[in-house]
Amino acid sequence: MEASTQTNVTSGVAVKAKKRKNTLLNRLRQNKVAYFSLWFLIVLHVVVFIGPFIWTANPEELQEVGALASWSLQHPFGTDDLGRDVFARMLHGGRVTLLVGLAAMLFSLLIGTFVGACAGFFGKVVESIFMRITEAMMAIPNFFFVLVALTVLGTSPIMVIVVIALSSWMEIARVVYGETLKWKEYEFVEAANASGAKSMRILTRYIIPQIIPSIIVSGTLTIAAAILTESAISYLGLGIQPPTPTWGNMLQNSQQYIWTAPVLGILPGAAITIAVLAYNFLGDGLRDALDPRFVKK
Amino acid sequence: MLRFLLNRLGQSVVLLLIVTVITFFLINLAPGGPASTMRMEASPEERQAMIEKLGLDQPIYVRYIDWITHAVQGDLGISFTSSEPVIQRISERLPYTIELTVFTIVISVIVGILLGVLSAIKRGKAQDHIINFMSVIGLSVPAFWLGLMLILLFSITLGWLPSSGVGSRGADFDLWGWISHLILPVLILTTTVLPNIVRFTRSSMLEVISQNYIRTVRAKGAKESIVLYVHALRNALIPVVTIIGVLIPRLLSGAVITEAIFGWTGIGTLIIEAARGRDYPLVMGVTVMITIVVVVCNLFVDLVYSRIDPRVKNV
Repeated sequence: MEASTQTNVTSGVAVKAKKRKNTLLNRLRQNKVAYFSLWFLIVLHVVVFIGPFIWTANPEELQEVGALASWSLQHPFGTDDLGRDVFARMLHGGRVTLLVGLAAMLFSLLIGTFVGACAGFFGKVVESIFMRITEAMMAIPNFFFVLVALTVLGTSPIMVIVVIALSSWMEIARVVYGETLKWKEYEFVEAANASGAKSMRILTRYIIPQIIPSIIVSGTLTIAAAILTESAISYLGLGIQPPTPTWGNMLQNSQQYIWTAPVLGILPGAAITIAVLAYNFLGDGLRDALDPRFVKK
Repeated sequence: MLRFLLNRLGQSVVLLLIVTVITFFLINLAPGGPASTMRMEASPEERQAMIEKLGLDQPIYVRYIDWITHAVQGDLGISFTSSEPVIQRISERLPYTIELTVFTIVISVIVGILLGVLSAIKRGKAQDHIINFMSVIGLSVPAFWLGLMLILLFSITLGWLPSSGVGSRGADFDLWGWISHLILPVLILTTTVLPNIVRFTRSSMLEVISQNYIRTVRAKGAKESIVLYVHALRNALIPVVTIIGVLIPRLLSGAVITEAIFGWTGIGTLIIEAARGRDYPLVMGVTVMITIVVVVCNLFVDLVYSRIDPRVKNV
């Protein structure tokens, strides 16, 4: 008897989730810019991750045509100041930049959700400790923290990901914290509590599922911020080091060649801008699509 | 009120301590101390002498306690790279950063609130879409790249504005020289905070407009302009005060990049120099100073907020 109720409940939840997902996509579709951004991002990731298998030029190898060659069939964007194929560097650099963004986002979502949910749900000592740490981290302008941490800990891609994540989870923690406080007052949570569910179960099965929309929005916006941070530290020469290309470190030397080869300065910057823009539009679109107050019709 | 103030002050001190501990242990536990950046030909004895002179042979907690006891007395140590007191190097640079950030925050708040309110009032219309679109672009363009493009346009192509520096100060100060050096950096720094203020004002305004008491005012037959500017705006602006507190760290982060692009000799370029030179006392000093600035600003924002919003409980 109990088992069958359980299945009914779970299948009910599954149906509800599916319905919600559909309407979410439909609502997102109404926002043309966000919907276009979603598709653009899918295409961009496919190009950057699959492209290097098709365009096989080595991004770190010097080409025969020499340095600062203009565009040709062999080198669609020409070559850079050392004579490396710019198109290949854009593809490989995009891979690194986008991967760093994604990985840093996942890592900071993990930290932020854990800290925020625990602080909001358990209250008392946990709340004071976690939220004081969150505030302390927010009070250090995170770029100072990133600079200091990277100079000390080195600039391997993993380190860059970890440091960016450690400097960007606080916003998510605050969002999750606020939402947890809100949801834990609801009757269904009280009911679960009254029926004897354990705290961890209430948190993971009743509260966090309600917060997932906000987490998705924060996550999307966090990728955008992570890409910007990575490119800024790379531009300052304190991020992922050449010859490994990233969109940020490709800009490092471009300033000197802005007249002779403007493509070197314009391309990576434009790529960063467009990718970040698309993530931001998508994040905004998702937020609107998920927020019942802001949906028209 | 006094209790609230003392409470917040206590929290701020704890916060400062946490920040100093994190930074101190981070920079001291890592390999590659200042001795490793000495000249390659330095003999082991010279190296040892330097380590002893700088006290790097002591255990880390001893060094931290030593550092913190001096720090509370206003002594942040001697910079490794220039042999000047850290406090002196910071106080030389801090005014430039303050100048940059104050201009930016004033402009951003004024323009941001105006645009945010306009966007909320014209919700769904062309103005709203344009403002929204521009704010997302502002949030997405990397500041350093936008800086490069603006230098390319205004300094190199048009030759209207200087591409770097802080202008001449002191005796041969001239107003246009000062302003012209400020325009581009302030513009770049504004793009890092303005979109947040615009969006926050907009959503705060929309939130207020959807409240019951606004419906009541409308139902009474009040003119729309009175509804918006007298009843809605006043309450909508209250939360905007808090966003300013949140944006201060962001602004200072933005200042690092902005100063790097424009060779602005503020605290941002100082931390880059300090980090590159592994100048521990200087890194610590700058971090502490920045945290103090942030803490004081937040304290101030909290105070203002609790004064203007009676709903905030003073706990």
